[in-house]
Amino acid sequence: MIRLQLEKFRIPLLEPLDLAVAAGRWIGLRGPSGSGKTMLLRAIADLDPHGGRASLDGTACDQIQPPLWRRQVAYLAAESAWWFDRVGPHLEEVPRKWLEVLGFGPEVMDWPVRRLSSGERQRLALLRMLANRPKVLLLDEPTANLDRDSMEAVERLLADYGQRRRPAVIWVGHDPEQLGRVCSSVYAISGGRLVEAA
Amino acid sequence: MTIISLSAFDLGLAAGLIVLLAVISIVMRLGLERQLLVAALRTTVQLLLIGIVLKALFAAAGAGWIALMALVMLAAAGREVSARQQRRFSGWWRAGIGTVAMLISSYTVTIFALVVVIGADPWYRPQYAVPLLGMLLGNTMNGIAIGLDRLTSAAVDQRAVIETRLALGQSWRQAVEDVSRASIRSGLIPIINSMMVAGLVSLPGMMTGQILGGNPPMEAVKYQILIMFLIAGGTGLGTMAAVWMGARRLFDHRQRLRIDRLETR
Repeated sequence: MIRLQLEKFRIPLLEPLDLAVAAGRWIGLRGPSGSGKTMLLRAIADLDPHGGRASLDGTACDQIQPPLWRRQVAYLAAESAWWFDRVGPHLEEVPRKWLEVLGFGPEVMDWPVRRLSSGERQRLALLRMLANRPKVLLLDEPTANLDRDSMEAVERLLADYGQRRRPAVIWVGHDPEQLGRVCSSVYAISGGRLVEAA
Repeated sequence: MTIISLSAFDLGLAAGLIVLLAVISIVMRLGLERQLLVAALRTTVQLLLIGIVLKALFAAAGAGWIALMALVMLAAAGREVSARQQRRFSGWWRAGIGTVAMLISSYTVTIFALVVVIGADPWYRPQYAVPLLGMLLGNTMNGIAIGLDRLTSAAVDQRAVIETRLALGQSWRQAVEDVSRASIRSGLIPIINSMMVAGLVSLPGMMTGQILGGNPPMEAVKYQILIMFLIAGGTGLGTMAAVWMGARRLFDHRQRLRIDRLETR
């Protein structure tokens, strides 16, 4: 079953592209900085204007209310943003078990956001997004700020989520070894085109 | 009590203060002398002109002329609001949002005051209508300018937060609500403060004017209280309307934050 489909999808830096991602399939995406990877993810999440057509399980983006689309087609930015003073109110829907998998105890809810390290922010932002139970994950360098142990924990958690929910995943990253490990196929952006990497 | 009429010589004496300031500015190299003289000159010319206009208006009292006057005042206030913005909406929205917000708030509050509270006959009697509308426009203009300026600059500063909230599936309204609330609050604080200190720190200008003009203090005070309430009502409604329209305009039909609809100057 095709979960995420892009047809003649147009954003400023790239040529129109077609892409179909089946449920449960993980796609890696790499390319030099500024080549349009982030812009592509943002446009798929409908955070930026775009041309062409995007559809989720066969329903076109413009047939779905924007908040509902974004809850299901979830974009995780490389830099997380927070608006309450403490962690807790951001993470109300997050199961305690997920927190444990990523090494957080229940006391994390009381922590002030401004005292979080960049790695803690990144892991908590991932949990905050997963709490919506999205069907498509658009991950922009989700482990960039993490040490080896945290990275492995994040990969385990995502793999577990993938098994249960069968999301379509687009994972933007710079580490070819990691992309090869977690993704079933890897694309690169080169010259404004999406090409399958060897 | 009779009014002591001011002669041109009396005003000339007061203008001596401006000249004195200008001289000091030259000596101390403040570089303000030109602006000071231009501002003083503009005050004189603009007020003399409006005096002539009001004199004619009071004599004729035609509804059409008063409506024209009201429109000119509105357009001037709308221009002023957009001139005070650091980041402005592009196109028609630049002056449009502030002007429509003032139209909604100042006009309704003025008409309410004229018809329901004061009960002038006819209700558009220029001695009441023109100064009331002027005071309301002047004050709602401040609230609206502050509120819109705060809204647009906060939207730019907090772009990452707003877009994260959108990405997590919040509606544009939820994503921008903290920013809107803070903007409305900052637009309303000046009028709340001036109600707090009215009579203690400052004697409001209108009341002072009425007393100087020979009216009994208690009459002047009652009018001043009325004006304060009208201004607070007008500023509040106007700021809310402007911030709501501005916030709506920051998002497109797919609820995407469109910072590109703002231009910096």
